[in-house]
Amino acid sequence: MTEPVVQADALRKAFGAFAAVDGISFSVRRGECFGILGPNGAGKTSTIRMIYGFSPLSGGSLHVLGQDVTRRRQLRKVKYRIGVCQQDNNLDPELSILQNLEVFASYFDVPRPEAKARALDLLKFIALENRKDTPIPELSGGLMRRVVLARALINEPDLLILDEPTTGLDPQSRHQIWERLEGLRARGITILLTTHYMEEASRLCDRLIIMDHGKILVEGRPQDLIREHAGRDIIEVSEPGEEIRSFVRDSNLRHDDLGHRLLIYCDARDQLYREVSGRYCRDGCTLRTATLEDVFLKLTGRELRE
Amino acid sequence: MPVISSRFLRIWHRNFAVYRKTWKVSFMPPLLEPLLYLAAFGLGMSALVGDVSWRNQSASYIVFIAPALLSVNMMYNSFFETTYGSYVRMYYQKTFDAMMATPLFLEEIITGEIIWGATKSVIASSIMLTIISLFGLIRYPEGLLLIPLSFLAGFAFASIGMYFTAAVRNIDLFNLPIFLFITPMFLFGGTFFPLDTLPGWAQALAWFLPLTHLVEITRAIAIGPLDGFALWNLLYLALFSALFFPLALIKMRKRLIK
Repeated sequence: MTEPVVQADALRKAFGAFAAVDGISFSVRRGECFGILGPNGAGKTSTIRMIYGFSPLSGGSLHVLGQDVTRRRQLRKVKYRIGVCQQDNNLDPELSILQNLEVFASYFDVPRPEAKARALDLLKFIALENRKDTPIPELSGGLMRRVVLARALINEPDLLILDEPTTGLDPQSRHQIWERLEGLRARGITILLTTHYMEEASRLCDRLIIMDHGKILVEGRPQDLIREHAGRDIIEVSEPGEEIRSFVRDSNLRHDDLGHRLLIYCDARDQLYREVSGRYCRDGCTLRTATLEDVFLKLTGRELRE
Repeated sequence: MPVISSRFLRIWHRNFAVYRKTWKVSFMPPLLEPLLYLAAFGLGMSALVGDVSWRNQSASYIVFIAPALLSVNMMYNSFFETTYGSYVRMYYQKTFDAMMATPLFLEEIITGEIIWGATKSVIASSIMLTIISLFGLIRYPEGLLLIPLSFLAGFAFASIGMYFTAAVRNIDLFNLPIFLFITPMFLFGGTFFPLDTLPGWAQALAWFLPLTHLVEITRAIAIGPLDGFALWNLLYLALFSALFFPLALIKMRKRLIK
């Protein structure tokens, strides 16, 4: 087996007494898309900031592309070989799209003619080749996001790190980004992404971890996690009455009572659904496939985060 | 302190690329400001003031203040670049964050910004020097020394500016160093009147200000005599650089690396 692209062991990041990342271990394999999921403040961004060398470690060890990132010289090597798409659209607003890519290429010591060729290629990849001279402030949020993605690829990285790549985008823009990322995945580039969109994670990630309070709650492939933690299907009952509640309790069904809604996790779908909808449903009852979101909410709770 | 590689030049190039986009606007102040000052002081104040005595020689008021205007220009262009300019890039545009996700380290980014601030001083001073020289207010060839001087002075004031950028909590707080540090220098740094007209204690205070020393050198170059004293002035400016450049790096590291 080849060595992992990212290997974290008992990784810790503390801000004063607060442990943002509290001793997590995981590894990202070559060529896979690995997701870090979690509610706000779970420690996702702190984790990847350590990976791309923005934040020093508070403890544990972290190897990226075989290099120890706590050593400055090795970190520099890592920095040459990764592409990072941060949460902010931090493009240079005074420069055109093309210039943004060219300037960024210079940080990686890419020679000028080569930088221009790569930039034009990437503009094609993000379908903006006809707008290379457009000033950044004229772009919509979705287009800026695509430029940030292109910029992260200018050094032809071995590892692409994406921090919430589609947060705040409209559905069209989000799908645009997803298609690009799937294209990159097909080319075999290793991707590490954080997100709190479960749809994004199920669609893109080969494996993922769900974090909360700086710790890893679960790790696995999306489908396995769903099967293990939420079952195959879910019956959602709106405004459940006392009868359904006692039925669920008496039949020992796995469920979550949310007050105005009742979720029943089940594998034997049709028979149970017919029984529930026929006998107990007052305001509506739906049978749906269990999703990663069910797993996520089950594990991290439903209360609001800061 | 970590070794700073020549990669800081990339930051300089980036800022220069942006400058080339906006140069038409950036060119105007150093081009027009000296004309305004010369008109106000040359036509207006000179009649009231007459000649000024500096280092036992008499100079017309306009010859006396022209080097001071140049010095102030060096200070302003570098200081404002690494305060407001750098702060906008650091805080609002998150440019530094993007750069830190590349092979660049923070020290290289900040060094590039400070060198760029010094460059802004050179550009502005060269323009202003050209205009002032057209009026015969600078002697040559000594006057050419003002160009390298504008870089050294720019480096000192850009380092001080960067220190404040690392220290202030929000952009409005720059008013404080401007009010307490920059404006007093502008007024009392031997700019508009000879220092020896001030009481002894005020003179002593003025000699602590870096601009006072810069004005001294500029005047020594522009009017003469250029003697050993200018070396002391230069040393004082170098001292400021040697102090504030590392301080700016340390303070920035504390602010941004989390």
